[in-house]
Amino acid sequence: MSTRLDWKWVPRGIALGILAFIIFGPLVNLLLWTVAERWYFPHVLPLKYGFSFWANVFSPRGNAMSSLGMSIFIAVLTVIVSLGLAIPAGYALARLRLPLRGLILLALLIPQAFPNLPVYVNIARIFYQYSLNGTILGVVLVHVTHGLVYAVWIATAAFSAIDRELEEAARSMGASALRGFFDVTLPIAAPGLLASAIFVFLESLDEFTGTYFVGAPDISTLPLLLYTAGSGGNYQIASITALILLIPSIAFMFVVERFLRSDVLSKVGH
Amino acid sequence: MSAKLETEVSHGWGGEGSPQTDAAAASLAMQADPQKAGAGRFVMSVQLLGFLLVAPALAIVVLLFIVPLISSITGAFEVDGAFSFGNFAKAFELYSSDMLFTLTIVLLSSGLICLFSIMIGGYLTLGSNPRAVALLRWIYRWPLFIPFIVVGQILRTFLAKSGLMNNIFIELGVLTPMSAMSFLDWRGIVIAFVWKQTPFVALLLSGAMASIDRSTIEAAQNLGANRLRILIEIVLPQVRTTLLVGLILSFVTMMSVLSVPLMINAQSPTMITANMAFRINAYRDYGVANALGLISLLMTSAVAWIYLRQTMREHSR
Repeated sequence: MSTRLDWKWVPRGIALGILAFIIFGPLVNLLLWTVAERWYFPHVLPLKYGFSFWANVFSPRGNAMSSLGMSIFIAVLTVIVSLGLAIPAGYALARLRLPLRGLILLALLIPQAFPNLPVYVNIARIFYQYSLNGTILGVVLVHVTHGLVYAVWIATAAFSAIDRELEEAARSMGASALRGFFDVTLPIAAPGLLASAIFVFLESLDEFTGTYFVGAPDISTLPLLLYTAGSGGNYQIASITALILLIPSIAFMFVVERFLRSDVLSKVGH
Repeated sequence: MSAKLETEVSHGWGGEGSPQTDAAAASLAMQADPQKAGAGRFVMSVQLLGFLLVAPALAIVVLLFIVPLISSITGAFEVDGAFSFGNFAKAFELYSSDMLFTLTIVLLSSGLICLFSIMIGGYLTLGSNPRAVALLRWIYRWPLFIPFIVVGQILRTFLAKSGLMNNIFIELGVLTPMSAMSFLDWRGIVIAFVWKQTPFVALLLSGAMASIDRSTIEAAQNLGANRLRILIEIVLPQVRTTLLVGLILSFVTMMSVLSVPLMINAQSPTMITANMAFRINAYRDYGVANALGLISLLMTSAVAWIYLRQTMREHSR
């Protein structure tokens, strides 16, 4: 190991330093806001630190706990419904010779190809006729529509990546198609399906626009709480809520590669 | 071919979709072949089975996305129940500057995302120092799954006139307190979009770059080509499709995001997503909101068309 300073680290260090400032500066700022009791211009750092806002947020009568509970409940329901629909659809798209397969994949892709704001506005209008506005079912349906695209595409990719011969081997040893699916195919596809479950869960947890039009004000999820607190100028509450939403997102970023192996990723969209 | 398409399927098979699928599968099978269905096993065309497995998911997308999408288009041409262009007249009268503003912001952001993701992907692929590459790989991905509403909140506090960014610059002597300014206008929206979407495109792009044949790169290196030239002339042409798909997905995402314009800059000029929310919340004016929606659909359908054509071409392979 040479102790000589590599001069190439100078431009590299500056570039990486700027990037780190751009990425972590706002994140550090958020962390500071969650513990700032008093912070005003022109002080670079908060004048007083403390957790009084945390106590406020997590107090039993604070609405953050009920929003968190509601967010998780909606996200779990969304995952169950989305995967219940996506696993059979993904299997059929990956394994069975479907007529119009391209057209079906295309139809499932449409929610990604058009801006969804005009759609949410009109869903809210349609739901109003069926009294689904402001109900958990209404919000879950909106989240399912949004999450289904990812769920079906990842499930299709996960099933496509499985060697067909494994299933055929099970069938040739006398297993029924159903048994072959549950004993062979499903366990091998499980990591990809788990990734899509986590992804759908996060998408539902973070969803703002659809919940804003269909759920508000009766259904309050964390993103809606963040928005209301932020527009009321209560940056501490908004930042604490943002941090609660941030942690699972960042955790998922670090583990996503464990679940989505490159052979599955390379099959997404094929 | 037809022999391959026919397979024997046990009765419980259709049941994973939903009770309806199961019932539908059973009744269809009865019609097709009553004896075998009565015996608990039946022969069914794989095509039909496949369709029944896909149908519930397809139904959700059709009922909860395509139908409202169509009603947003028809609603745009409707004033008091009659066909009219009145909503568009009003939309252009009130929001024509916001439409230009939206298009400018989204195109500028897409351009910056393209540039930065090529820089990041390029260094990850061609970087000579493994430690610097590993460091970059660790840093650039953080915003990947951070929700837009959180991005809006953290950048609102970071970029404000009295935000941490200006405070640090003042402390370092780069800025004076008098010259400090707020970035919470169009620049804030562009920064938020680029901050959030660059990692997504860079991730797709670096994945595609990693899977291209290294031998062409090595050949060019042996011939003495520098890395910038290799990136532009050899690597980029091979990952063009991935870059395009990533940018188009980002474009559509940016056209749909409501929280960032609402939180960073809701005053005029702002993005038409914020205007649509305003028309509905303040006036229950679905007509003008739908007209604005159709205009944003037209902006994206131009790029979506390129995207769909690309995926169709890949599926037909």
